[in-house]
Amino acid sequence: MAEKAVKAKKEKIPRQPMPEQEPQVRARNFEEVPLGYTPETAMEEAKRCLQCKKPACIAGCPVEVDIPGFIKLIKEGDFTASIRNLWSKNSLPAVCGRVCPQEIQCEVVCIVGKKGDPVAIGNLERFAADYERAHGSGALPPRAKLTGKKVAVVGSGPSGLTVAGDLIAKGHEVTVLEAFHKPGGVLVYGIPEFRLPKEIVFQEVNFLERQGVKVECNAVVGRTVSLDELFVEEGYDAVYIGVGAGLPRFLNIPGENLIGILSANEYLTRANLMKAYMFPEVDTPIPRGKNVIVLGAGNVTMDSARTARRLGADKVRVVYRRSRDEMPARTAEIHHAEEEGIEFFLLTNPTKYLGNEQGRLTGMVCLKMELGEPDDSGRRRPVPIQGSEFELECDLCIVAVGSGANPLLTQSTPDMQLNNWGYIEADPETGKTTKKGVWAGGDIVTGAATVILAMGAGRKAADSIHQYLTWGW
Amino acid sequence: MFKIIKREEMAEGTVVLNEVEAPKIARKAKPGQFVILKANEEGERIPLTMAETDPENGTITIVYMIVGKSTALFKTLQVGDSYQDVIGPLGKPTEIEKIGNVVCVGGGTGIAVMHPITRALKEGGNHITAIVGSRTKDLLILEEKMKQASHELLICTDDGSYGREGFVTEALKDVLDKGDTQMVVAIGPVPMMKFVSKMTAEYGVKTIVSLNPIMVDGTGMCGGCRVTVNGQTKFACVDGPEFDGHKVDYDELMLRLQAYCEDEKRCYDDFCLLKPEYAR
Ligand SMILES: Cc1cc2nc3c(=O)[nH]c(=O)nc-3n(C[C@H](O)[C@H](O)[C@H](O)COP(=O)(O)OP(=O)(O)OC[C@H]3O[C@@H](n4cnc5c(N)ncnc54)[C@H](O)[C@@H]3O)c2cc1C
Ligand SMILES: Cc1cc2nc3c(=O)[nH]c(=O)nc-3n(C[C@H](O)[C@H](O)[C@H](O)COP(=O)(O)OP(=O)(O)OC[C@H]3O[C@@H](n4cnc5c(N)ncnc54)[C@H](O)[C@@H]3O)c2cc1C
Ligand code: SF4
Ligand code: SF4
Ligand code: FES
Repeated sequence: MAEKAVKAKKEKIPRQPMPEQEPQVRARNFEEVPLGYTPETAMEEAKRCLQCKKPACIAGCPVEVDIPGFIKLIKEGDFTASIRNLWSKNSLPAVCGRVCPQEIQCEVVCIVGKKGDPVAIGNLERFAADYERAHGSGALPPRAKLTGKKVAVVGSGPSGLTVAGDLIAKGHEVTVLEAFHKPGGVLVYGIPEFRLPKEIVFQEVNFLERQGVKVECNAVVGRTVSLDELFVEEGYDAVYIGVGAGLPRFLNIPGENLIGILSANEYLTRANLMKAYMFPEVDTPIPRGKNVIVLGAGNVTMDSARTARRLGADKVRVVYRRSRDEMPARTAEIHHAEEEGIEFFLLTNPTKYLGNEQGRLTGMVCLKMELGEPDDSGRRRPVPIQGSEFELECDLCIVAVGSGANPLLTQSTPDMQLNNWGYIEADPETGKTTKKGVWAGGDIVTGAATVILAMGAGRKAADSIHQYLTWGW
Repeated sequence: MFKIIKREEMAEGTVVLNEVEAPKIARKAKPGQFVILKANEEGERIPLTMAETDPENGTITIVYMIVGKSTALFKTLQVGDSYQDVIGPLGKPTEIEKIGNVVCVGGGTGIAVMHPITRALKEGGNHITAIVGSRTKDLLILEEKMKQASHELLICTDDGSYGREGFVTEALKDVLDKGDTQMVVAIGPVPMMKFVSKMTAEYGVKTIVSLNPIMVDGTGMCGGCRVTVNGQTKFACVDGPEFDGHKVDYDELMLRLQAYCEDEKRCYDDFCLLKPEYAR
């Protein structure tokens, strides 16, 4: 009885909104869109958590963050203890608080969400991490006795960084090898500054370096050094492969090599990693279309469309062959895109690009589609409507229709088994591959997925690698 | 950081050679492979072929022509200065086989790219005729090295100021007419490679060219370097940079190289105002 009364009282606090930059303002800058909670709003929001005895939310989180635990500490104003609690499960809370699809993971199952809005778990996680960055002591976590074992982590995306953090704490010597000139993976080259400030990622990497992790950039494994050489010549005892799904997919329709058609990988890499939005203050250029079409409907599509808007496009249209219900992007991102004036052309499929004599893109021919029977993915298959061709004009097209496995590393390693799509076969529980001493996880095993899943795979593999280094394969 | 330990200007300062400390790359690199360099934090990633590698001393040598802002910026770097990033070795190495009589045609800075390939083909037991060309005598580079790397060296200048007057294709025609050429390797400006390939196709002689599309990562993740070969899209950084010259769509490549020409011009003009002494 008493408990019920308490609950009723708690539900009266509405979900604390996070202040955001106004759409008209932010559509012209690259600064972060949501501005974060103040300590007061965070503590207010934390009160909304019912501290469930059997918290449904934890099961919704791929790495099982102790959600009621860290929220309780925020409520009590002990932000330092809160971040320690988060770190015990999640080494990148500032990142996950921002980019996790909470609406289909932890928040969707939150009991408070059954009637009204769920607890803002992501926002609180972000708050705790941001507060620590601004006010924390920067003290390093304890490190176990040195084991003298050497581990190489290939790729510095979220899964590689997780493995590095876990294994350094367990006393192993860890080197992260990254092909690009900066570490962070998709967090740095893909996800734009306005969603995830790069400073956050660099601080996370710096934190690992202070704990003793060596980060070696400009190291393309498969070229600069081969996987086998890591063992034989460089003396590593174990290798973790977290190279992501970095192979751009194109539509393979006529005219795709016209100037003005870029993969989302190229477009976002120019914008984020090379900071081309500051051109000519930096030397890397980026095409600034006035009338832009982005193909696809995932997070990558939204990121590309919103980047094009910020680079001065008058008109940005997302062209997608299915309907709104099948769009894989996060709801919040679709919403942000719409607020920024991005239009959606659904049930539309390009069949051909059009160009001028200079080889520059001028538009595309599209077909109208309708939804038919469900396909393998369970989504209704789009079927073309006969004779429905029409033209769309554009001067820039970003192809964001998914990515595949980059064969650069795997093709030189015949004794490591791949699946039919070129992804690495790894045990889902341990991350072990078919090659002795080699683990893999993240997008290169699952195909393009999420930050938190890549981190979860990293954590499992780190446990397994630690066991191997202690007990053997 | 990758330190420059030797620097030379050639061809009246339009071409610069740098020997750079990069021990891991030097140990691995094979003829035909390239590196990507970035001068500083704000710099662009620029692909350049390794003209020489010294695994013992752990150095690589690049030879580049000043064509825009980034190469002009590279030119400002002196001995003791460093490139912030050097990535490689990238691309597939040249397939070195014993074929017989090989003609190596190099134009402009393509001669620098051609040199290690020529030498490797010679060491691989082939008879090498090298044909090198430039607009005028003072712009010709690496003559001595090409002489050593080949059995016979033919020099052409557009204005006749040195060697034979005219384009490399004319000299090539005379060699092909002898009828004993098994393979041609052509590296230089795109139009040169196009015309060489057109000619060798008439003679039915296998031809390899090295393509230089705009690149970003050099590892097959962006697709910016796509070229059409035999009607199919290839990524030059991982599938190449060398391809069967008879199957390349050169016209598309030439257009694609113009993708950023306005931006590049603006960037270069700004640079020239600041540092006129390093302009081309
Ligand atoms: C634009 C974009 C937006 C996204 N938005 C979201 C989002 O909002 N929420 C979310 O949860 N997920 C999002 N994702 C997905 C998420 O970013 C990925 O699932 C996640 O980053 C995968 O992590 P990873 O560690 O497996 O690989 P990656 O992050 O891809 O990192 C792999 C790293 O390995 C390096 N590498 C590759 N090959 C080699 C080699 N041979 N040698 C050395 N290094 C190599 C790469 O350069 C890269 O740095 C997004 C992805 C993109 C592209
Ligand atoms: C695999 C490969 C190997 C190469 N090897 C050599 C070499 O050994 N010596 C040499 O002098 N040049 C070489 N190049 C060309 C060299 O990379 C370009 O000249 C250089 O990038 C121009 O940069 P810039 O800023 O000075 O000029 P910009 O002002 O940027 O451009 C001038 C012109 O150079 C081309 N270009 C621009 N950016 C790139 C880019 N990222 N990649 C390729 N071309 C570009 C375009 O045609 C452009 O119009 C190579 C290119 C490739 C792809
Ligand atoms: S890591 Fe992601 S899924 Fe887990 S609690 Fe945090 S925001 Fe939710
Ligand atoms: S389900 Fe919701 S209310 Fe319950 S503990 Fe988790 S966050 Fe709190
Ligand atoms: S340079 Fe990016 S794929 Fe070749």
